[in-house]
Amino acid sequence: MNFVIPDFYPAAAELFVVAMSFVVLMTGTFLQNSRSLSYYLTQFTLLGAAVVTVYTMDGQVTLTFTNMYVDDLMGDFLKLMVYLSVAVVLLYSRSYIGDRRIESTEYYMLVIYATLGMMVMIAANHFLTLYLGLELLSLSLYALVATQRDSARATEAAMKYFVLGALASGLLLYGMSMLYGATGSLELSRIAQAIYHQGGDKTVLMFGLVFVVAGLAFKLGVVPFHMWIPDVYQGAPTSVTLLIASAPKLAAFGMAMRLLVNGLFELADQWQSMLMFLAVLSIALGNIAAIAQPNLKRMLGYSGISHMGFMLLGLVSGVVEGDRHFALNAYSSAMFYVFSYVLMTLAAFGVLLVLSRAGFDAETLEDLKGLNKRSSWFAGMMAIVMFSMAGIPFFIGFYAKFSVLLAVVASGYKWLAVFAVMMSLIGAFYYLRVVKVMFFDEPQDSSPIATPATMRVALSLNALAIAALGLLPGWVMWICDQSMLQSF
Amino acid sequence: MDFQAVVFYFLATVVVLASLRVITAKNPVHAALFLVLAFFSAGGIWMLLHAEFLAIALVMVYVGAVMVLFLFVVMMLDINLERIRQGFWSYLPIGALIGILMLAEMVVVLGSRYFGLEHVPQPAEFPAGYSNTKELGRLLYTDYVYPFELASIVLLVAMIAAVALTLRKRKSVKALDPAKQIAVKRDDRVRIVSMDAEKK
Repeated sequence: MNFVIPDFYPAAAELFVVAMSFVVLMTGTFLQNSRSLSYYLTQFTLLGAAVVTVYTMDGQVTLTFTNMYVDDLMGDFLKLMVYLSVAVVLLYSRSYIGDRRIESTEYYMLVIYATLGMMVMIAANHFLTLYLGLELLSLSLYALVATQRDSARATEAAMKYFVLGALASGLLLYGMSMLYGATGSLELSRIAQAIYHQGGDKTVLMFGLVFVVAGLAFKLGVVPFHMWIPDVYQGAPTSVTLLIASAPKLAAFGMAMRLLVNGLFELADQWQSMLMFLAVLSIALGNIAAIAQPNLKRMLGYSGISHMGFMLLGLVSGVVEGDRHFALNAYSSAMFYVFSYVLMTLAAFGVLLVLSRAGFDAETLEDLKGLNKRSSWFAGMMAIVMFSMAGIPFFIGFYAKFSVLLAVVASGYKWLAVFAVMMSLIGAFYYLRVVKVMFFDEPQDSSPIATPATMRVALSLNALAIAALGLLPGWVMWICDQSMLQSF
Repeated sequence: MDFQAVVFYFLATVVVLASLRVITAKNPVHAALFLVLAFFSAGGIWMLLHAEFLAIALVMVYVGAVMVLFLFVVMMLDINLERIRQGFWSYLPIGALIGILMLAEMVVVLGSRYFGLEHVPQPAEFPAGYSNTKELGRLLYTDYVYPFELASIVLLVAMIAAVALTLRKRKSVKALDPAKQIAVKRDDRVRIVSMDAEKK
């Protein structure tokens, strides 16, 4: 027995979140009417985790817990972004869930555990931890979708999400078991070595890879594994939709990087062609289907599908005919794309939450009609978000699309870049339609917008950040570049 | 054929037959009981492989707890078998097609070419006193402590989610709270008012 106590230092943020989750649980259980205490404790947990993550950040790749946990720069930045987006989600959704009587300590607990699941996924270096993190995230989200118990639509969405999610987890596990059979290890770095030394026949590896990519595609929500997205986005309470649409995309990106780049980089040629297929389908279907959606939550769901497809383009263009020259650049552009997508999604659903009030959910195009007359400030904010999502210069969405397209062109897939631009043009139609409805239609709903000042300020900052980072994308890009450089 | 092989083939035959009966039995209670038999025999096969902890866990957890619960549910629910069987024949072609396709793929990949006995090293012989359970426990609390703790948090999430989704506080219910009843003091119930004596 030669066991040494693992080094807890790199995993300090996870340990802090777990410890705080018990604090929230206990105070919530023993103090009556402690909902706002739970809220503030949850925000404190996220803030504390961010502090710990920054404090323990060093540019090194550190493995601990018998190589099951990896701490590197990419993981740290992704985690920081996760804390930020979850904190913003909670800030935006506070009055919404308060009005609908779904605010409870359990709600905040589930959000904390979803966050923990994302952190575990991002820091996984082992199939077991990857899978457990994914389940922690998914189970919390299934329950959150169902929190509005009296809503039949939410229950239906939760059921669909649960059944399809379980199926996808099964696919992922099946693929992992195949990879284990072929390489004899569950540890990602050892799998990479085993594949490198193996050579020759790759049939079993390919078989496993197909299932792993399918499971991954489900979690990212790209075609043809996107069926759950529109229904879940529409059916879930808007506060939960906001959560599902934002932070888990970062975790799914982290999972893709760990699985495909850390573990299966030797098979890059194979998974790139699979991802290219998924990306092309997603960009096409997401943009075209979104046109027909009168429901904004559904429309943003389809737009999310196309955005994730776009992000995959970055992963597709890493390795060209065995040349790994472009890989870092391509992956950092994909990471930048996820960052900017999360920022935009937060603001887009944030506006819907601002317009919602007790007994009324703003979720259709009708509800945005003439927003300019009701509140020209928020109409302006929404316009920024829509312009950015459509990829109009000089917002962050433009720069994200631009850097991904640069990577695609550099790797020689010119037709792919042209296709992506054409589809983005189609997509611009439904984003601009929202702007048109806000500024040129007559309002049908003249009730005043009553939201807490903190939320107004946060939403304004969020939207202005989209504009400002579009003008100065340099340092976000630098973060992405550095994290790829130091991590791989 | 030595004794071990005889036992293995016996148990394997029982597993296969019982599993077949699970999906062909008309009565769901019978199907559940056949599943118990299949689990039990699979436990026996694990015992043959020196995996005594897994064998016991399978029997205790699946047979003892899960299947008993399952039987309860099956017996309590009034399942309309006719409705479940509806559309069986219309779905059969596509179901069979997918099933055969998957079977063929699995045979191609998982056949003896890649996962045959010659690809797997012969497991080492263990001394007589070797304890599988002890070894599992050691690994679980040392090398695998991180996933082990994560699994415990997944279970905690399941508990919290179950409470969050099912606990309803109803205001209209006139239930008694024993704790409050016991904690009641005289002053809560009786108000002693001092009054001046009335003149007559």
